[in-house]
Amino acid sequence: MGDHHHGPAKGIGRWLFTTNHKDIGTMYLWFSFAMFLLGGFFAMVIRAELFQPGMQLVEPAFFNQMTTLHGLIMVFGAIMPSFVGLANWLIPMMIGAPDMALPRMNNWSFWILPPAFLLLASTLFMEGGAPAFGWTFYAPLSTTYAPPSVTFFIFSIHVLGLSSIMGSINIIATVMNMRAPGMTYMKMPLFVWTCLITAFLLVAVMPVLAGAVTMMLMDIHFGTSFFSAAGGGDPVLFQHIFWFFGHPEVYIIILPAFGVVSQIIPAFSRKPLFGYDSMVYATSSIAFLSFIVWAHHMYTVGMPIAGELFFMYATMLIAVPTGVKVFNWITTMWRGALSFETPMLFCLGFLVLFTLGGFTGLMLSIAPADFQYHDSYFVVAHFHYVMVAGAVFSMTAAIYFWLPKWCGRMYNEAMGKTHFWISFIGFNLTFFPQHFVGLAGMPRRIPDYALQFADFNMMSSIGAFIYGASQLLFLYNVIATIVAGEPVSDEKVWDGAEGLEWTVPTPAPYHTFEEPPRVGPGVHAHG
Amino acid sequence: MVFIAKQLCKLALGPVLLLMSVIAVAAGDESSINMSPGVTEVGRQIYNLHMIILWICVVIGIVVFSVMFYSIIYHRKSRGVTPATFHESTKVEIAWTVVPFVILVVMAVPATTTLLDIYDNDEADLDVIVTGYQWKWKYEYINDEGENVSFFSNLRTPQSEIYNTAKKGKNYLLEVDEPLVLPVDTKVRFLITANDVLHSWWVPQLAVKRDAIPGFINEVTTRTSIEGTYRGQCAELCGKSHGFMPIVVNVVSQEEYTEWLGEKQAEATEIKDLMAQTFSLDDLMERGKAVYDSNCLACHGANGEGGLGNAIAGSPIATGPVGPHLEVSINGVPGTAMQAFGEQLNDVDMAAVVTYQRNGFGNNMGDLVQPIDVYNHKKGQ
Repeated sequence: MGDHHHGPAKGIGRWLFTTNHKDIGTMYLWFSFAMFLLGGFFAMVIRAELFQPGMQLVEPAFFNQMTTLHGLIMVFGAIMPSFVGLANWLIPMMIGAPDMALPRMNNWSFWILPPAFLLLASTLFMEGGAPAFGWTFYAPLSTTYAPPSVTFFIFSIHVLGLSSIMGSINIIATVMNMRAPGMTYMKMPLFVWTCLITAFLLVAVMPVLAGAVTMMLMDIHFGTSFFSAAGGGDPVLFQHIFWFFGHPEVYIIILPAFGVVSQIIPAFSRKPLFGYDSMVYATSSIAFLSFIVWAHHMYTVGMPIAGELFFMYATMLIAVPTGVKVFNWITTMWRGALSFETPMLFCLGFLVLFTLGGFTGLMLSIAPADFQYHDSYFVVAHFHYVMVAGAVFSMTAAIYFWLPKWCGRMYNEAMGKTHFWISFIGFNLTFFPQHFVGLAGMPRRIPDYALQFADFNMMSSIGAFIYGASQLLFLYNVIATIVAGEPVSDEKVWDGAEGLEWTVPTPAPYHTFEEPPRVGPGVHAHG
Repeated sequence: MVFIAKQLCKLALGPVLLLMSVIAVAAGDESSINMSPGVTEVGRQIYNLHMIILWICVVIGIVVFSVMFYSIIYHRKSRGVTPATFHESTKVEIAWTVVPFVILVVMAVPATTTLLDIYDNDEADLDVIVTGYQWKWKYEYINDEGENVSFFSNLRTPQSEIYNTAKKGKNYLLEVDEPLVLPVDTKVRFLITANDVLHSWWVPQLAVKRDAIPGFINEVTTRTSIEGTYRGQCAELCGKSHGFMPIVVNVVSQEEYTEWLGEKQAEATEIKDLMAQTFSLDDLMERGKAVYDSNCLACHGANGEGGLGNAIAGSPIATGPVGPHLEVSINGVPGTAMQAFGEQLNDVDMAAVVTYQRNGFGNNMGDLVQPIDVYNHKKGQ
């Protein structure tokens, strides 16, 4: 510790002007949790309307606003910032750096997020209502036929894209320049690896998204016709551009989740990760493949058969590195000494449910079969298995795993386990039946449905309410831990945890690694 | 065994078993939980492909999860085991890269052949242009014998059922005023496009789903082997009433089809005759109400009170000169949800609905619009 070290500033200024990676990480995490609750509330509105056939609570136009905002807020407001928050907290502590490489930019990249989402949420109160064209905002529904609020939506996307790009540049700069002596790339914890690769994906595709929304802006206000056939453009061009961003985006969401799971499973198996190297290579392969599979979201737009075949084969290939990851996690557990604290339970939940989501993903990759699955509830079920049981479960696991380290207090284990089981049951009750209604022919994004889908929809709604309520238990548990949890002083917190972040005192002081640690040749820096 | 059973219950299997039993109850009606093989050869191929992949996934899942649960049960710290320290094994890693790859190749073969069959768009016996509109479908038969036949297909479910004031019928939300009629055992080619935003024409039983894209035409063929009524829905979010634009296809025998086509052609001729006639206010009002209810009501409200669209009751357009009223109705208002109905409604229906709007909802303008006025307005453009 340097003798000039100081604690946080007092009052609101601490949060407004902070350049401390821990403070910024904390703000990201709280912000994303707030967005998670808001997006979750919208989901509750959706499920309440779908509880029974017929229109009961909201009008179809408002229902579309809910599905749109639910998707946008969950993807851009809840999941992505939560992993940036985790990266902020953990990357410096995992690679032995005192802070992120670009602390002032770090402050900016967080503080432009709340205004962007305020703007997005404010569209609900504008004339014509909020965007109602789905989170994929396909033209021309999102251009010629969009409500006036679309312009604010475009600006909001620009700002949060900017935030993501700044955050990513920061992660790349930090990982490349600030590793402690001896911390080679192949010694970095897997979470750092996945964040690094994710950051590269973000820098590559966020500008593409910005391009897409800018073209929309031009079409709406400046008389261009990028996406209008009447003026020589092509609505399908929008989908190509959107999914060239959108598919890597899916991995931007899931790769850090892989990283988290790769830290936690070895810790509670008390055994090193089975194939560290192959996990790094598998992550990189997934990142590469993510750029050449985008049109599998568009099998029904009428592509030439060569295109269909290319995108089908490329998409199927993703199963190989993803399989490598799942097999690695299971082999890590094999002949370990397992214990099942809350973080491990969420990781196991992740493992089972993400694998199911992977299976349905494989089914969806088969182009001819996709002609039946496409835009049905089967797809909704699939991506919630990978987004919620994948990203959200792993994020929850991460909070339970590292929170005691951060605040020096232990969460309530019984409550944590209860949270897991209610989430697990609620989640499956919500989304498993959606496979069935999808296969039976229920399209997605409809506010009302035919009578044969009624039973499963009611089941799904009940599950959603259970899952939603269980998140309040989580919120309570986290607050109770921070305020009055059982103090922990053990540096490692978990006996099986490995890595530099567990070598600093508990709770983690405001400044860590002001002098870089040395990572010797024989030291396991990763799990 | 008891020990193992206890452990299993303790872990994930409790809820999984619960879920399984729920599924088992629901599985009584197979079609409500699985894809239907449908009534076409392609549909059966897709169904078989779906089942093959599903079973491959089930087998892989059983193997993977067995290993995992074995580990969860036997390799737990509470049993006092010492953790092994092994990691990295090139042999194992090559195996679990190569084996899945081989499985993927096995899957890719039938997938490719099915896809090639679906893309067989050779000369068909019958061509139908399918056009998506917000929020209805238009069907046009373009072969020689069906030259004159073209019609719109609107949702028939009344608002009272949707808003829960009447009991919902058996085909709630899956019924239309005019279904598409196709002859059985005939290769039909759909030429799918859209008028405004994207739509997607999906009939699960025909195994056809193709996006309807404004300005572009997609082709897809089908050959139905069993007569019957098949229902589907729009599958691409297309705005407010996306959930309310169903598709109904009646597949009938060749004879019935020919008879139906004859009727439709006669109807078209009749409309042509009607266009030359002059109608009374009552006739126009009666016809106009029917047209209004299936075309205008969704946006402008049952009593012209407005909604997504402007109010018609007391509106400056409906109570102003006839010319602008016809202009808006025929050509729509670009950049808004108000579509151009000139193509969708024949001149008789257009005259009737404009008259209805000008005289109903308390507007009482007292003027009549005749088909010839509509014709002249269109011609004058």
